[in-house]
Amino acid sequence: MRILVVEDDPVLSDGLQVGLSLFGATLDTVSSCADGRAALALTEFDALVLDLGLPDGYGLDLLRELRARGDRTPVLLLTALDEVADRIKGLDAGADDYLGKPFDLNELGARVRAISRRQSGRASPLLSCSGIVLDPAQISVTKNGESVSLSRREFAVLSALMDRPGTIRSKDKLEERLYGWQEEIESNTVEVHVHNLRAKLGRHVIETVRGLGYRMRVGAS
Amino acid sequence: MSSLRTRLFIILVAATSLIWLFAIGWISVGTKHEVENVLDSRLEQAARMVSSLVTSNNVASPSDDSDSAHILAVPNYERQLDCQIWSLDGRLVARTRGAPSTSLSDSKAGFSERLIDGVTWRVFTMEVAGKGIRVLVGDRLGIRKQLVADLIKGLLAPTVLIIPLFGFLIWASLNRGLRPLRSMAFELQGRNADDMSPIEPGKVPTEIRPVVTSLNGLFSKVESARQHEREITAFAAHELRTPLAGLRTQAQIAIATTDSTARDTALSQILVAVDRTTRLVRQLLSIAKLDASDNVRRDGYVNVGAAVEEIVDMQPVRDHRIHVVVDPALDETFFTANHELLVLALRNLHENALHHMPRGGTVRWHVKHDIQNTIVSVEDEGPGIPEEELPLVTNRFFRGRHKSASGSGLGLAIVDLALRANGASLNLANRTDRLGLRAEIIWPARSGYFQSIPTSASERERHGHIQLLPLRGFGAH
Repeated sequence: MRILVVEDDPVLSDGLQVGLSLFGATLDTVSSCADGRAALALTEFDALVLDLGLPDGYGLDLLRELRARGDRTPVLLLTALDEVADRIKGLDAGADDYLGKPFDLNELGARVRAISRRQSGRASPLLSCSGIVLDPAQISVTKNGESVSLSRREFAVLSALMDRPGTIRSKDKLEERLYGWQEEIESNTVEVHVHNLRAKLGRHVIETVRGLGYRMRVGAS
Repeated sequence: MSSLRTRLFIILVAATSLIWLFAIGWISVGTKHEVENVLDSRLEQAARMVSSLVTSNNVASPSDDSDSAHILAVPNYERQLDCQIWSLDGRLVARTRGAPSTSLSDSKAGFSERLIDGVTWRVFTMEVAGKGIRVLVGDRLGIRKQLVADLIKGLLAPTVLIIPLFGFLIWASLNRGLRPLRSMAFELQGRNADDMSPIEPGKVPTEIRPVVTSLNGLFSKVESARQHEREITAFAAHELRTPLAGLRTQAQIAIATTDSTARDTALSQILVAVDRTTRLVRQLLSIAKLDASDNVRRDGYVNVGAAVEEIVDMQPVRDHRIHVVVDPALDETFFTANHELLVLALRNLHENALHHMPRGGTVRWHVKHDIQNTIVSVEDEGPGIPEEELPLVTNRFFRGRHKSASGSGLGLAIVDLALRANGASLNLANRTDRLGLRAEIIWPARSGYFQSIPTSASERERHGHIQLLPLRGFGAH
């Protein structure tokens, strides 16, 4: 899961970056509306964590812009203004959720998972396909009831594939999920992770669609 | 008496009653006089009438006994009137039935009064020399008084009935007249405590319009003060909650992570957040204190150089080097000021300069004098402030584009307030020689400053002066 954080306080921004990656997400952080706008234009995010009071404008304006051009990225507002009226204003401007500062990191993680789950049209918090069950909250994977140990990157690739089983994910999209801008992308890395996943979960679980990418094989054992 | 209505009612009823009583008094005096006149002229007329009826031979035949004088029968004549006819030689010639047999009056002619057998008589005497008689016509004063009393009673009876009616009418008119006042009171009473909307001045009477106008003025003043306060509180909440959220998140990371490097990073981030929050709280308290103090006593004698040095010494240790250069002339600059507030202003200016400094930069403190002012300035080598933001930076919680990570948006607001409380002012400008901000404390001569060096060494010590050095560089390690 790739998340964009727009927050101008450096300590909090750093905390969100580190804290949310503990839940297996890939984070990008920016500290102004302008940078946020640029980031959203470049990359597709699974969720946006948006602060309201930013140095070059209000987060709500960025949110309205986003919704005006039809962007459906789930947005969680993060702000110190948590009066009821402010919450209503935020939600009516197109936010999916609202969290007042200070907050619990685990709650923030759960809320981000919830809004991105709703975005992909699932009700169940667990992703399952062909006997493999992925729990985004626990960052755990089981195959036929047995626990499988995965690295953070392997988990990210698998959850991207299992988000919509049967849909083809290109290598570039998968890379986007794996690395924030600050991180160096290693070559062949997706291939390596897919190889490892096949070794741990079974050869036929992930199917290679030549020239297009990868997908989960629905119905395979 | 707190009720306007009751007060007006009592005043109006009392005034009306007084006027009535006065009128009755006046009428009774006038009536009495008039009644006396009428009755007196009746006496006179009656006397003339009687005298014209008497013939001289009536008088000529004397009777043996004065008691057996003729009883004059005067038919249909008022019973109150009585008459005596005396001969000039003192014989009672005739009298009416009610008249006593003694003379009604001693006077020879005209009006007189006499008490006979307990009854006071008013008598008119008329002498008819040609016929040798004296005619006396009188009536009883008691009857006259009775007549006047009956007249007054006739006037009083309706008054007694009318006064309660008046009272009712006054009460009803007052109710009606005071209705706009009552409806305004009702509207104000029914208001929500938060409702600061003005009262419609069109529907109130002109007499209370000034009240409404000043109430509306008060409403708008309270509303804007409250709005201001709400903004400040909202900003303060935002500014405090954000570092708290950072603290909490980093603390949770430190607990949750198994990686010791990540834990150390989180802990050092916590330190940064604690420092920032501490400074923010300190500044909020300063602002609150400045807001609360209306009259600042400028009773200190502050050596600006020593104060700056002290601030530089207490400057927090940082990992990057910043040089501070203090003009030695500052050690010879003394301001008559509130010590605490001047130091507060100097410290915030210094911190502001430090926060925007690049690694290895130099902060310079200078002083210069012109005819009217002493100008203490501090220059940094930071990015400066965009020209359009210059007038805004002394607003509370304003954080411009070039904000520092640990800034609260309060520093320059505090400087501005603290200097103004000392009668001085703050002037901000971007440096022209290079990138950076130049902040000037403009201290007017009338606000009191001394350029002279205190003469004796002991005096220097008293003012906290430590030493005089040429331009120095302070490295903050």
